[in-house]
Amino acid sequence: MSSIPFSERRFVFVFSAWWLLWSAMQVWILYKLEFSWQTAAIDSLLSNFLLSASCVLISNNLKYYLPQRQRYWYLLALCVLTAGAWLLAIRYAIPYVMPGNDPGYLSFFTRSLPVRFGIAFLAICCMAMISVLWYGFEDQKITARRKSEAEQLTKDAELYKLRQQLQPHFLFNSLNSINALIGTRPQEARSMVQQLSEFLRGTLKREEQQWMPLEEELQYLRLYLDIERVRFGNRLSVEFDTPENTMALRIPAMILQPLVENAIKFGLYDTTGDTSISIRTALQNQVLEITVQNPYDPETAQPRRGTGFGLHSIERRLYLLFARKDLLRTSASLNIFTTQIIIPQPELLPEPAKKISA
Amino acid sequence: MKKVVVIDDEPLARSIVVEYLQQFPQLQLVQECGDGFEGMKAILQHQPDLIFLDIQMPKITGFEMLELIPNPPAVIFTTAFDEYAIKAFETHAIDYLLKPFSKERFDKAVQKWLEQSAVPPGAAASSTENLLEATALAPGQNQRIVVKNGAKIKIIPVHDVLYLEAADDYVKIHSTDGAYLKNKTMSHFEKALDGQQFARCHRSYMVNMQQIARIDPWEKDGHIAILKNGAKVPVSKTGYIRLRQVLGL
Repeated sequence: MSSIPFSERRFVFVFSAWWLLWSAMQVWILYKLEFSWQTAAIDSLLSNFLLSASCVLISNNLKYYLPQRQRYWYLLALCVLTAGAWLLAIRYAIPYVMPGNDPGYLSFFTRSLPVRFGIAFLAICCMAMISVLWYGFEDQKITARRKSEAEQLTKDAELYKLRQQLQPHFLFNSLNSINALIGTRPQEARSMVQQLSEFLRGTLKREEQQWMPLEEELQYLRLYLDIERVRFGNRLSVEFDTPENTMALRIPAMILQPLVENAIKFGLYDTTGDTSISIRTALQNQVLEITVQNPYDPETAQPRRGTGFGLHSIERRLYLLFARKDLLRTSASLNIFTTQIIIPQPELLPEPAKKISA
Repeated sequence: MKKVVVIDDEPLARSIVVEYLQQFPQLQLVQECGDGFEGMKAILQHQPDLIFLDIQMPKITGFEMLELIPNPPAVIFTTAFDEYAIKAFETHAIDYLLKPFSKERFDKAVQKWLEQSAVPPGAAASSTENLLEATALAPGQNQRIVVKNGAKIKIIPVHDVLYLEAADDYVKIHSTDGAYLKNKTMSHFEKALDGQQFARCHRSYMVNMQQIARIDPWEKDGHIAILKNGAKVPVSKTGYIRLRQVLGL
């Protein structure tokens, strides 16, 4: 939620000071032009009061309709329009409230309207520019905060994962499998040691990097899934459908892996017999769609959407990165659980659409 | 000759136990099982003297499997690190092997069991019972109740339980889709289930607080709880005081 300039105490103070100075100057000029003090004061106060109201109006207006880049003609039109409305207001208001019917003043007033319009237009333009800068800065602050929160969460997830989540079980069970292989099939034991090391190295690398190419992320997943295959004696089969045009797309680190871990947890750890997990990627409307499907047992598993560490943290991270809550979708049918994530691709969009959170 | 069954969902994990067992000619491996269901069948069929049991397995855990077997055999657990379980092991288990374990550690566990089983018969069974009692109190163990319904195994999530009723040596579990018997005592469930969710409202009844629709007076100084599905559960005088405490009245 961005604040408006008029909610800032210092801004209101400066604005009021300028307003007083400006109004006093106008009174003084009109007095010098040989109008009475009373006439000068009424003219100045009324027109400047309406002018300040126009400034507040345009500032509030811009909070909701911030012009996008290269569309400043919109801003200009808005200023002209506001100044015009202000002119119309004083054109009728001032003669109406002015006591006495001094024809000298009235003709001066009519002749001075173009000048008044010019001054008001400049003042309103000035206010509009200040507002645009203000809101731009506010927006930047929010984005920066969101970004640092996202970084913090990755770190937390990372730490949590390394300490608590699957890692200890996964690691010790893998070591146990290696131990078993050493006696009977030493060659396979060696290759599993390689896979496990590469996987762990990948985990360390992901602690440092935010975005990964999809291709690299999928390779990392393959290592993980291969290890699971050795552990569970090929009870697991994984089907990859990953078209070439998605390979270079980028994905935040630590998003896809928890998703697949979740699929493994329900699809492999909690079922008996052969298990097939499918991972599909697609480029649709310039966003990356990743779909993971796994079987589950509705009686024992009750996959809970949005709860549990796995899916909840993915949803939260996606929100912090993209400010959207609709990027993770899950559905369960019969005994197949489907999870889909959507990753917007910043570099594919022409210009990030400005969005003000109201 | 003593009979041994190995239960683990990872084939390689079983193979290492089988390999190490070959050093003990007095132990005969009768079956390897890949999950709790198979394990239960094998135990009932072969009546083994010792089982090697993993805890995290598909559908039902090793603990849940043991609960379904009358007079369970002696157990040596084989598991990856599991914090809550270790506490229980320390006091009651024959032994536990943390994966990956060495040959020496394995031999020691088996040796320990051989010495113990040489003395009084039935001691192993009672220590397994104690182990189960202890693990039932561990957090995370009380989210569901596993019962045997004829040949089938039924898993009841605790939020589907309406109320429990004492029935001789059994407890009758009334759930949203029927009633099941379990060979346990009321005081076992009183310890195992969350006290904020289940209250002992009567000597022979425990009720799920979330299922209560209202509580009406009944006869003199008694009450009766009407559940959301219309079932009626008696509430004794002390039970009524306990219900009020749980509800914070």
